[in-house]
Amino acid sequence: MWLINSSIGRKLIMSISGIMLVLFLLFHGLMNMVVIFSADAYNAICAFLGANWYALIATKGLALGFMVHILYAMYLSFQNLKARGKERYAVTDKQDKVSWASQNMLVLGLIVFGFLALHLYHFWSKMQLVEIGHMLGKHVGDIDKAVDGAYWITYWFSQPVYAIIYLVWLSALWFHLTHGVWSSLHSLGLNNQTWLPRVKCISNIFATLVVLLFVSVVVYTYVYQNFVL
Amino acid sequence: MEKTINVTLKVWRQAGPKAQGKFETYKLNNVSTDSSFLEMMDILNEQLISERKEPVAFDHDCREGICGMCSLYINGHPHGPDGEITTCQLHMRKFKDGDTITIEPWRSAAFPVIKDLMVNRGAYDKIIQAGGFVSVNTGGVPDGNAIPISKIYADEAMDAASCIGCGACAAACKNGSAMLFVAAKVSQLALLPQGKVERATRAKAMVAKMDELGFGNCTNTGACEAECPKNISISHIARLNREFLSAKIKD
Repeated sequence: MWLINSSIGRKLIMSISGIMLVLFLLFHGLMNMVVIFSADAYNAICAFLGANWYALIATKGLALGFMVHILYAMYLSFQNLKARGKERYAVTDKQDKVSWASQNMLVLGLIVFGFLALHLYHFWSKMQLVEIGHMLGKHVGDIDKAVDGAYWITYWFSQPVYAIIYLVWLSALWFHLTHGVWSSLHSLGLNNQTWLPRVKCISNIFATLVVLLFVSVVVYTYVYQNFVL
Repeated sequence: MEKTINVTLKVWRQAGPKAQGKFETYKLNNVSTDSSFLEMMDILNEQLISERKEPVAFDHDCREGICGMCSLYINGHPHGPDGEITTCQLHMRKFKDGDTITIEPWRSAAFPVIKDLMVNRGAYDKIIQAGGFVSVNTGGVPDGNAIPISKIYADEAMDAASCIGCGACAAACKNGSAMLFVAAKVSQLALLPQGKVERATRAKAMVAKMDELGFGNCTNTGACEAECPKNISISHIARLNREFLSAKIKD
């Protein structure tokens, strides 16, 4: 199967799974923004995306996307390490045009993935998981708070330590996306001499906006809870 | 006015493909800044021979930047610290008196060391043999002017064709990927009417050969473009991806 056996096929899978994840991030970020304007509206979205059949299917699809992206990243990195040969260069120097993020995508990805575990504990395990548990008859967690997403946002982001951890996480994500977004388009072949700088520029603006969507909620909640209220 | 400098060279010495290599340090005095890097290597070898030592083996041929024979990873850069030139076009005026210059062979699993600084770049020839050509039937030669080609395509094909196959792209790549080389070769032919006929089979055959020979997977870092002595753009890699994917989807 050429998707697995050929290098460009493998890159295609990285690219498509990456684009899927970025589109999810865009949706997730836009959804989060709602909480700044109205906690009730945000909770309505949370209720809408609870343990319903469509939300569960989407969650499974998302988990699959993550797994494919991460496993392929590991596989590709291993192959690339092997292709480099046993002997390493004694002296290496960096090139001006090569971004730091592009050389460290695996490390950045692992940082993003590591914090993701914390994030799933903070929100998913308190919300959708509790609902799933109740549906299956296991009454663990507080079902009343399971649809109260605004409560959890306030609870975690009003604590400075978590606000900072999330900002560190989001900055790693930003670095990952500054290379990832344009690179995924490049791997799909959607680029040429004229569009190369444009695609890079548009992708970086897009990546920055996506990350800012998340940052704004963290910063807003922290400032509002600690200094305004 | 001629100026001379004294340099310390750290050169990778390896007796053969299987032998364990190591760095040797040599001091070279009164090197003219007008001399080229390879002339400096010649001076080093003359010095070694006069000391009854084995000279350093390194690849070189035309010494005017068009054959793609010279290599050398100098101070962390393929073809040295200067941009858009091959090692033979690098001059000693780029170095300062008292500098230590580290010279290593290309390091990539697909480019095994033959001796010292020489590596076997036959892998690139094998990729070309797999599909980097246009099949021509014998017979009358068609008039070149009978086939109109737009200036844009002609220029881009020419830019791609300037690839000399030196291997700097794979040597610079953290993934040991040969994508820039393969992309340039696929591009130069896919852009022109004569090469369009076999574009799908060519892209598939060359990529398959590249993967088979153990080159890595491209992650679009752009190190290849930055180090390419002919400044070949990574936009050709996007074209190769396009050619390959559309060929596979059509199957």
